[in-house]
Amino acid sequence: MHELTIAELVQGLADKKFSSVELTQHYISRINQLDKKYNSFITVNEDEALNQAKQADQLRANGQANQFAGIPVAHKDIFCTKGIKTTCGSKMLANFVAPYESTVTEKFSQANFITLGKTNMDEFAMGSSNETSHFGSVCNPWDTKRVPGGSSGGSAAAVAAQLTPAATGTDTGGSIRQPAALCGITGIKPTYGRVSRWGMIAFASSLDQAGPMTRTAEDAALLLNVMSGFDCKDSTCVDQPVPDYTESLNQPLTGLRIGLPKEYFSAGIDSNVSKAIHAALDVYRQLGATIKEVSLPHTALSLPAYYVIAPAEASSNLSRFDGVRYGYRCETPENLEDLYKRSRGEGFGAEVKRRILVGTYALSAGYYDAYYIKAQKIRRLVKQDFTDVFNEVDVIMSPTAPTTAFNLGEKMDDPVAMYASDINTIAVNLAGLPAMSIPAGLVDGLPVGLQMIGNYFAEAKLLQVAHQFQQATDWHRQRPTALD
Amino acid sequence: MQWEAVIGLEVHVQLATKSKIFSGASTAFGAEPNTQACAVDLGLPGVLPVLNAEVVRMAVMFGLGIHAHINQTNIFARKNYFYPDLPKGYQTSQMDLPIVGKGYVDIPLDNGEMKRIGVTRAHLEEDAGKSLHEDFHGMTGIDLNRAGTPLLEIVSEPELCSAKEAVAYLKYIHGLIRYLGISDGNMAQGSMRCDANVSIRPKGETTLGTRAEIKNVNSFRFIEKAINFEIERQIDVLEAGGKVVQETRLYDSERDETRSMRGKEEANDYRYFPCPDLLPVVISDEDLRAIKEALPELPEQKRQRFMDKFKLSEYDATILTEERETAEYFEQVASQCGDAKLAANWMMGEIAARLNKNNLEITESPVPADRLAKLLSRLKDQTINGKGAKTAFEALWEGADDVDAVIEAKGLKQVTDTHAIAAIIDDIIAKHPEQVEQYKAADDAKRKKMIGFFVGQVMKASKGSANPGQVNQLLQQKLS
Amino acid sequence: MALDRSDVEGIAHLARIAINEQDIENTTATLKDILHMVDQMQAVNTDNIEPLAHPLELVQRLRSDEVTEANQRDHFQQLAPQTENGLYLVPKVIE
Repeated sequence: MHELTIAELVQGLADKKFSSVELTQHYISRINQLDKKYNSFITVNEDEALNQAKQADQLRANGQANQFAGIPVAHKDIFCTKGIKTTCGSKMLANFVAPYESTVTEKFSQANFITLGKTNMDEFAMGSSNETSHFGSVCNPWDTKRVPGGSSGGSAAAVAAQLTPAATGTDTGGSIRQPAALCGITGIKPTYGRVSRWGMIAFASSLDQAGPMTRTAEDAALLLNVMSGFDCKDSTCVDQPVPDYTESLNQPLTGLRIGLPKEYFSAGIDSNVSKAIHAALDVYRQLGATIKEVSLPHTALSLPAYYVIAPAEASSNLSRFDGVRYGYRCETPENLEDLYKRSRGEGFGAEVKRRILVGTYALSAGYYDAYYIKAQKIRRLVKQDFTDVFNEVDVIMSPTAPTTAFNLGEKMDDPVAMYASDINTIAVNLAGLPAMSIPAGLVDGLPVGLQMIGNYFAEAKLLQVAHQFQQATDWHRQRPTALD
Repeated sequence: MQWEAVIGLEVHVQLATKSKIFSGASTAFGAEPNTQACAVDLGLPGVLPVLNAEVVRMAVMFGLGIHAHINQTNIFARKNYFYPDLPKGYQTSQMDLPIVGKGYVDIPLDNGEMKRIGVTRAHLEEDAGKSLHEDFHGMTGIDLNRAGTPLLEIVSEPELCSAKEAVAYLKYIHGLIRYLGISDGNMAQGSMRCDANVSIRPKGETTLGTRAEIKNVNSFRFIEKAINFEIERQIDVLEAGGKVVQETRLYDSERDETRSMRGKEEANDYRYFPCPDLLPVVISDEDLRAIKEALPELPEQKRQRFMDKFKLSEYDATILTEERETAEYFEQVASQCGDAKLAANWMMGEIAARLNKNNLEITESPVPADRLAKLLSRLKDQTINGKGAKTAFEALWEGADDVDAVIEAKGLKQVTDTHAIAAIIDDIIAKHPEQVEQYKAADDAKRKKMIGFFVGQVMKASKGSANPGQVNQLLQQKLS
Repeated sequence: MALDRSDVEGIAHLARIAINEQDIENTTATLKDILHMVDQMQAVNTDNIEPLAHPLELVQRLRSDEVTEANQRDHFQQLAPQTENGLYLVPKVIE
């Protein structure tokens, strides 16, 4: 059962090949059995999941079940869930049970999905390796000595290890795409504003966007149908009709124009990764696409600009964690200042504190123009680069990450090197564009992700382009050999 | 040395919306602590703000009311600092592009002239909660009901020169916001709060002195006292050879002094930046026009109308139009009694004095407008004279509700019966032969002065009920 | 951009984050590295470029002025470290 995609599970449930309780029980057993190795879940929602499954089976027995009733999913622990702990990977929120539901998880509940649990993540989504979690690192199912990527590392590992058919993730600078690439799964970050951010704990508000992490592009389309849409509770959510993302999946790619930004294939990209990507591009040629080199000249600047904007927003967004109304409070504070400083000093991990400090500095008197405003100007240049290129091509393709999964601990002492692993993913967030990562090969037994970037609200196009590839190849069906 | 004061005011006005600026929690005053603080107001993780449309409309109304430039694209920014009554660790406010740009108001001075005061800007922001320092085992209690209440912060140019001018400016703003219906202006409940930036400089000097900011003064009386105290303090400091320190000071109304808030003196770095959870607010030409068209008559328009229609002086018209309720009261009295000058004199005399003495608003006056109008009508048609009107007013103020019944009961009706008055006059003439002799011997100019004596005697004898004009006329006839 | 220990202490104070004495040096070094990377931005001329705060450059939506939230104090205060009589408690704030 754990080999099946969501599309197949929907069929299986409809055909009564198995019940939701059986399916849910199966996944819960797998999590209980196997997740010791990966640490991909922070909270397993065992009892409640089985209750939900019973209800879904009942609905089905009554002929009232909708398409997804009884399908299990896992949610990144950044989405607030009523009644289930939401930690955001932090000691600060280690015991936090939100009194409200995020719009994303609410939409899944309304569609009668089963919540298997909450997945591990880099603390407050700050990290590219899932090593900054207060609840311990997540291990890559392809090689448990390696990182799964981050920050949605728990979701990626859980899907790759087949502990859940799919999971939600969030992506501020590559946090869906990079772990999807490193764990050999499919993930899509939609256009900024496509999915509501209500109840999703903010890292950098102008960059954060939620999306599904799945085995296949088809599943991603199915789940994006569920997640997308206007929400009056989020001022930045876009009021625009949501198409059925599965509708165009089967259209051929004849005439598709693919652009390869030369800056995304430059120094720092592992040559074997590059080879795998070029092999994937050959598949696209065979599918009828034309490929040309393009240029996104401000790519190199997107990294420093991102590492000003994201920390600046984060420094402010995380000020609310002050030990007064909820969350961690230090023992026996001497006075108010001590309460603030120790609650935050002890409640946040090293990377979160580092980014808060960088962001505070970038916004402080005397540095605001040189850092924050400068970064926002570069942001416009980066966006303009994409606008120009989309006049010429339909989709931009590149490696998602410069390398395959690196070793646990390898970059923890060198934040700048860690940040550099985001070089191919962050410009997309600065511009607010939709982008995907799909499995496109293996290098030394480790997955390589192909990134595709689309124009604003071109999610359907991306999913179609990904699906057609997955019809022609079976990289997305590869499983870690160590599994089970 | 002669000193002059330079004062700028920052006025915080709580906008009269039902719900908060960024959340659907109630803004009602006086609820149990934290019962009106929702997830957004509390800054729980993952919550997001959505702007209240009414707040935008009200701010634009204010801007139009002070002839200001409206920034049709304006931006919310975050002002970052830590304080327990500030749940998110930042206040959502406006910095670079406030909704209301430069404008001005005209205020009346004591000498009867008007002065134009520039308004630098007015911006929208959210209020903070309240810290309660009563003893919770040596801790401070935080009530976040007020957190997220919409405020309009109105910043004046440093163009006010005295505490009196500051009060006149504040009163104008207070009147304006109530005319517009955008705030109840209730200072006791904190709906209108004022910070004053005060500095002094030698008279004639053009550069500004170092200023002190007096925080959160919440009555017209206290703002006047606080500024006067602060001006005196700064003069004392400078004349003793000292320097004024740029600092925040708190006014203590019990001791009538300002004192330094040293605990908060730490230089703040608020790290303003555009709020990434909110998008630029754009006000369309169409919306702007609609708000303009729906504006009520503003104080200055009413002022002009009163000057034109009732022939009032600019100063009188300004005083009478400062508060909408006063203006409406006056207009009713003037229209019903048919004598605007008489109505204005009574408004600024008897009524103002009584209200002031009893610390009442015009809406709380025990004598409603129609009753005063009736009283003034009786004065005008000579049923009673001025003295009788005052006596009757006294009774009306104490609660009597029927003007004619009061006049009747107190015997205030003027005696207009010529025979009755003539009889009194004859009596007086008979009693004062010496004065009559003198009068007859005097020339016209002296006679005019001397006749007052006889009028007084006759009025006294009639117990004030005779018509003084009539008495005068008859006396002249009889003495000639 | 030269960044020294006292700068870091100043920033940490602004951000209300306690840093252990033994970590300050390390933190300073790391922040220097990051700021060094960030300084690459200065290489490009951005005169006459408008800063971009939101990727889609859309306009704020407004909600109607309605009270939609009911009192949930008890629920919210279950999350709080310390409350009394409905108030959140903090160490005495000195005015």
